[in-house]
Amino acid sequence: MIQIEKVNKWYGSYQALVNVTESVAKGEVVVVCGPSGSGKSTLIRTLNRLEPIQSGRIVIDGVDAYGPHVKLNAFRSHIGFVFQQFNLFPHITVLENCTLAPTRLRGLKPSEARDEALTLLARVGLAAKARAYPGELSGGQQQRVAIARALAMRPPLMLFDEPTSALDPEMVGEVLLVMRDLARDGMTMVCVTHEMGFARDVADRVLFMDEGKVLERAVPSEFFARPEHPRLRQFLSDIRTPFAEAA
Amino acid sequence: MTPIFDLNLLLTGTYHDWLVAGLITSLSLTGISLALALPLAIVIALIRLSPVKLLQWSGFAFVEAIRNVPLLAHLLFWYFGAPELLPTALREWLYARNVEATSAIIALTLYTAAYMSEDVRSGIRSIPGQQFEAARALGFSFVASMRLVVLPQALRVTIPPLISQTLNLWKDTSIATVIGVAELMYQAAKVESATFRSFEAFAFASVCYLGMSLLITGAAGWYQGRFPVRTA
Repeated sequence: MIQIEKVNKWYGSYQALVNVTESVAKGEVVVVCGPSGSGKSTLIRTLNRLEPIQSGRIVIDGVDAYGPHVKLNAFRSHIGFVFQQFNLFPHITVLENCTLAPTRLRGLKPSEARDEALTLLARVGLAAKARAYPGELSGGQQQRVAIARALAMRPPLMLFDEPTSALDPEMVGEVLLVMRDLARDGMTMVCVTHEMGFARDVADRVLFMDEGKVLERAVPSEFFARPEHPRLRQFLSDIRTPFAEAA
Repeated sequence: MTPIFDLNLLLTGTYHDWLVAGLITSLSLTGISLALALPLAIVIALIRLSPVKLLQWSGFAFVEAIRNVPLLAHLLFWYFGAPELLPTALREWLYARNVEATSAIIALTLYTAAYMSEDVRSGIRSIPGQQFEAARALGFSFVASMRLVVLPQALRVTIPPLISQTLNLWKDTSIATVIGVAELMYQAAKVESATFRSFEAFAFASVCYLGMSLLITGAAGWYQGRFPVRTA
């Protein structure tokens, strides 16, 4: 589904991605974790070309994302993207957020788009909020609508860029549950997240990044039980025992 | 004996007809100029926000060149100056028609668009970049993202300054009197010189300007109630 080959990216003189090579199979759920500034968000944003790369190749579903003939808008419409800050369109209702792209880009009739959107909203538990405006919802509800909005384009691939980092703690669970159900339905997913519980229970594979490089990749049981790279061991111990040094 | 304030002069007869014709001309100048200026302002704002340096600069140059010259100079330029540059045949064709009103509309449109484009531009800039990014991520083009997501939000934020520009436009149509457009002030002056009823003539004009301004403000209030600014 995704092939990433020797991707390099610089912001000015700072190298954000260093020779990243990776692949994700159809139906696979991959969690990317790592400390702040490690390049994980940059990596996921290069997958649908929200960020340009300077060298390397990214092929998604057979399409060379940075190739000369790629139709950028059509390419992006096949990739669902969920942002840290939800980014719902606040001037239209929840339902309209979920029908805007399908009617304009998939050519659905308004009634068809509406029916599909209501089904998706029911799936994320928010059918009752269809007529509400995003500003009337909690953060967790907004993020669930954002997932429904992305799914409304029927993408074969979903990308999540720290989907729970902007949420109050009690709302993290409802979003992760929606993501877990999506994974169980066979969706191909790449998730940048700090939720290690989600990585352990839902991911097929976990990647660890630091300083723009993928330092370790493993199935969750290996990843957490037998981390190899010293930087990963440090990272895992830091999130497990944050007060170790103070004690 | 004539009354102190001759209301009949304003409500019936030839002079009434003159004044109403002037009012209609002023309203037409405002309506047509606004209908042309607002889309032009949006285009200029988008040009100034485009990633292409040359476009940014041309938009900047347009706005500064227009709004740093008084409206009176614009009017005189478009009425007296610009036609000189046209080929003779075209110029004669133009003079056979309503060249006064045409020049006034061009001047008012450009002048208003320059100011409005700055308001629209700051409205667009007030919408977080992530909104645009979210639209692009769904697969919308640059233009569709602007039209469906950014502009509807930006214009709601921009309504109060745009209303104040529309009020300026409405009042500025009076300057067209200097190039002989038969708008409200022109007709009021005509009634005044024909009847020597200065107070009535200019009171009529003033009440029209005031009344229309209040209507515009009221319409803005209705619009903001109907399409409130919403944030997430």
